[in-house]
Amino acid sequence: MTETMDQIFVLLKHRILAHSPVSVQPIFSAALSAIAILVVFATLFALTTILERKGLGRFQNRYGPNRVGPFGLLQPLADGLKSLTKEDIVPHSADGVVHMLAPIVLVVAAFLGYAVLPLGRNMTAINLDAGLLYFFAASSVVELAIFMAGWSSRNKYSLLGAMRAIAQMISYEVPLILSTITAVMAAGSLSTGAIVESQTGYSGIWPHWFVFTPWGFAGFVLFMIAGIAESNRSPFDLPEGESEIIAGYFVEYSGFKFALFFLGEYIGMFAICGLAITLFLGGWAAPFSFLTWAPSYFWFFAKLLVLIAMLIWVRATLPRLRMDQLMNFAWKFMLPMALINLFAASTWHFTPPGAIRWIVGTILIAVPYLLLGRGLMQSNKLEKRTYRFAD
Amino acid sequence: MLGEGILKGLAETARNFFGSFVSKERLTTVQFPEERLPQPEAARNFPFLVYDGDDSQAGLRCVACQICEKECPPKCIFIQKSSDKKPDYIGKQQFYPAVFNIDVSVCMSCQICVEVCPFDAIEMDNAFELSTTDRFRGLLWSREQLAKPNSYFHNIHPATAAEVDERLAEAKARAEAKAKPTVAASTTSQPDSQTTTS
Amino acid sequence: MSFAIIAVFTVAGALAAMTLRNLVHCVLALVVAFTGLAGLYLQLGAQFVGFAQILVYVGAVAILIVFAMLLTQSHEPLAHLTVAPGWVTSSLVAVAVFVILAWSIRSSAVGARSIQPRPEITVRNIGDSLMSQFVVPLEVTGLLLTAALVGAVTIAMREQRMNR
Ligand code: SF4
Ligand code: SF4
Repeated sequence: MTETMDQIFVLLKHRILAHSPVSVQPIFSAALSAIAILVVFATLFALTTILERKGLGRFQNRYGPNRVGPFGLLQPLADGLKSLTKEDIVPHSADGVVHMLAPIVLVVAAFLGYAVLPLGRNMTAINLDAGLLYFFAASSVVELAIFMAGWSSRNKYSLLGAMRAIAQMISYEVPLILSTITAVMAAGSLSTGAIVESQTGYSGIWPHWFVFTPWGFAGFVLFMIAGIAESNRSPFDLPEGESEIIAGYFVEYSGFKFALFFLGEYIGMFAICGLAITLFLGGWAAPFSFLTWAPSYFWFFAKLLVLIAMLIWVRATLPRLRMDQLMNFAWKFMLPMALINLFAASTWHFTPPGAIRWIVGTILIAVPYLLLGRGLMQSNKLEKRTYRFAD
Repeated sequence: MLGEGILKGLAETARNFFGSFVSKERLTTVQFPEERLPQPEAARNFPFLVYDGDDSQAGLRCVACQICEKECPPKCIFIQKSSDKKPDYIGKQQFYPAVFNIDVSVCMSCQICVEVCPFDAIEMDNAFELSTTDRFRGLLWSREQLAKPNSYFHNIHPATAAEVDERLAEAKARAEAKAKPTVAASTTSQPDSQTTTS
Repeated sequence: MSFAIIAVFTVAGALAAMTLRNLVHCVLALVVAFTGLAGLYLQLGAQFVGFAQILVYVGAVAILIVFAMLLTQSHEPLAHLTVAPGWVTSSLVAVAVFVILAWSIRSSAVGARSIQPRPEITVRNIGDSLMSQFVVPLEVTGLLLTAALVGAVTIAMREQRMNR
C-alpha cells in the first residue's frame, strides 16, 4: 500500500503512456512531466506569495493580507487577475523585441532546472548523467535574461539594476558551485538521482544526509547563502533595491510581464532550495528511518516548505547589503570558505570513520571560519560617526 | 564572532512572529472598516452648513453673503443668492442661498471658509469616507447634502460648538435688548456685495 | 532532421551576430549561435560538453562581452551598414583557414578510419580519463585558474586598501 502511494504519480504516468503510440511516447512522457512540474510549482508560487506576505506581516507584528477570501487565502487569485488585466506598457524608446523576450527567457530558464530535480523516488523528469551541470547551465541563462530586461528598457535604473544583478550572480556562482562539489565528491556522481540515492541509508534511526557532516553543514550554509544571492532575494536584493534604483531591472515592466518576472524569481528560488535539498538534505528521503512509510514526494515538498520558510524568516530579519559589502562577502569570505570546505571534505573522505574524522573535520572548518570572521569584522570596525553640521 | 548578530536578529524576529499570535497587544494594526479609532476633536475634513431647528433648508444659518465663496483658495464653493428674504435666527430679514454647492474633489480642507464666515454658518465636518462611483455629480455636494443640524456639530466638535452657541446667544440677546428699530436698517449692506461676485 | 534545424538555427545566429547593427543585438544573436552549438553537442551524445558549452559560453562569455561593451563604448548604433576597411584580406584569410582545415581533416586518418561503434561517453568516463590519462594538464589548468582567482582577489583587496 505504502509502495503504491509512494509511486502513485509514476504509475499514473505509465498508465497514461500505455494508451499512446510507442513512437511519440518519449515526447509524451516529457510533456507529461513538464506539465506536472509547471502546475505544481506555479501553485506553490501562488501559495508562497500569500504565505510570505502573511508571514512577513507576523514578523513585523502585523496581520498581513486578510481581506480576500477566508484569512486572505484568495489573495494570489486577486493579484493574478489584477496583473492579467493591467495594461502592458512598453516604453517608447525600449527595444521592443528584447523587451518582450526577456521575461519569457527568464521564466523558461528558471523552469528548465526542475527537469533534473528528483521530486520523489523515481520522480526525476530526465535523469541526466550530468544533471548538476545541466542545472547550472540552465540557471546561467537567467543572467542573460536579466541583462536583456535591464538593457532593453532603456532606463538608467534598470540598466544599473541589471549590472548589479549580473555582477552579484557571477560572484556568487563561484561559491555556489564550489560548495556543491563537496556533495558531488561524496556521492561520486554529477547525477542528482545518484546523489540522493547515496544519502538514503540510515544508521539506527538517523539518516545519512550530507548536512550531518561538518563539511556538509558548512557546504549547506554556504550553498544557501550563495543561493539566496543567486535568486536575488533579501538581504541580497540590491538589483531591485526600491530605495535607490526603484525596482532594478524590471522597472519598465508592467502587468503580466511583471508577473512573469515575479514568477521567475520565485521559481528560481524554489529550484535553488530544491537543489539544496537534493544535495545536502537527502532529497526525498525521510528524516528518520521509522518515517519511511510516508511517500517520498511528501518529504521533498515538506523540506521545500521548510526551506522557503527559512528564506522568509531571513528576509524578515536582515537589511539589504551595500554593494561593496556584497562583493567583499563573496570574495573574501564565501570563496575562501568554499575552498577550505572542499579541502575539509576531501580530508574527511581519506580519514577512516570514527571520532577522529569528526574532530579533524570540524576543526578544519571552524578554525578558518573564526579567523576569517575575525579578519572581516576587524576591517569593518564601526566608528562613532561625527556630524559636522548637525548639532 | 561572525554571524552572531545574524543569529540574534533571527531570534528577535522569531520572537515577534510567535508573539504576534500569542499577545494581541503586539498587533497595532486597526482593522479599519470594522474597528475604528475615535477621531480627535480637532479632526476636520470637509465643510458643512449648520442649521438650527428641524427644517434642514429653512433653518440654514447661511445668509448667502458669499464671503466664503470669495475666500476659498481653490474656488470650490458656488453660491447663488436668493431673490427673496427670510428671517434669520435673530429675526432679521436676510437672503438665503438658493444654490450652495461645494466640490468635494477640489476642497483642500483648509477651513478658511469657516474662519471667514461672519455668521458661523459653515463648519468643518470630520466625516472622511466621501468616495463615490460617480466622479462628476457625486462629488458636487448641494445645499441639501451639506446641511447638518447643530446637534451634529455639538456631537463632533463639542467645544467649538458650545463656543459658537454662546456667541450666537449673546448676539441674539444683544439684538433683543436693542429691541424694535431693526427692521429697516438690516438690508443696507447687502446689494453691493452681490455686484462684486461674478 | 533535427540536425538540420539546429544547424540552420546556429548559422542564422552567427550570421545575425555579424550583420546586426546594434552591438547588444549581436551579442544576443551570438548567444543563439552558442546555444545551437550546444544543441549539436547534445545531439551527438556529448552531454558534458553540451552543458559546459552553455554554462561557459552563454553564462560567462556572453556576459563578459556585454560587460566589456557597456563599460567601454556608448555609441548609438550606426545608421548604415559599415564594412571594415580590410574586409577583402580578412575574408580571404577566413576562406584560407576553412580550406586548410577542411583539407587536413579530409586527408587525415580520421576520415579514412572506418567508423567504429561509438563507446558510450558518460560523465564518469570523462572524469576517469581526466583523472588518469590527462591528470597533468588538468592539474596545471586548475592551478593556473586558482592562481588567477587568488590573484584577482588580492589585487582587489590591495586597491581597496590604497583607496582608504
Ligand atoms: S475648506 Fe477651504 S477649500 Fe474647502 S471649501 Fe472651505 S475654503 Fe474652500
Ligand atoms: S460666509 Fe457664511 S454666511 Fe456667507 S455665504 Fe459663506 S457660509 Fe453663507
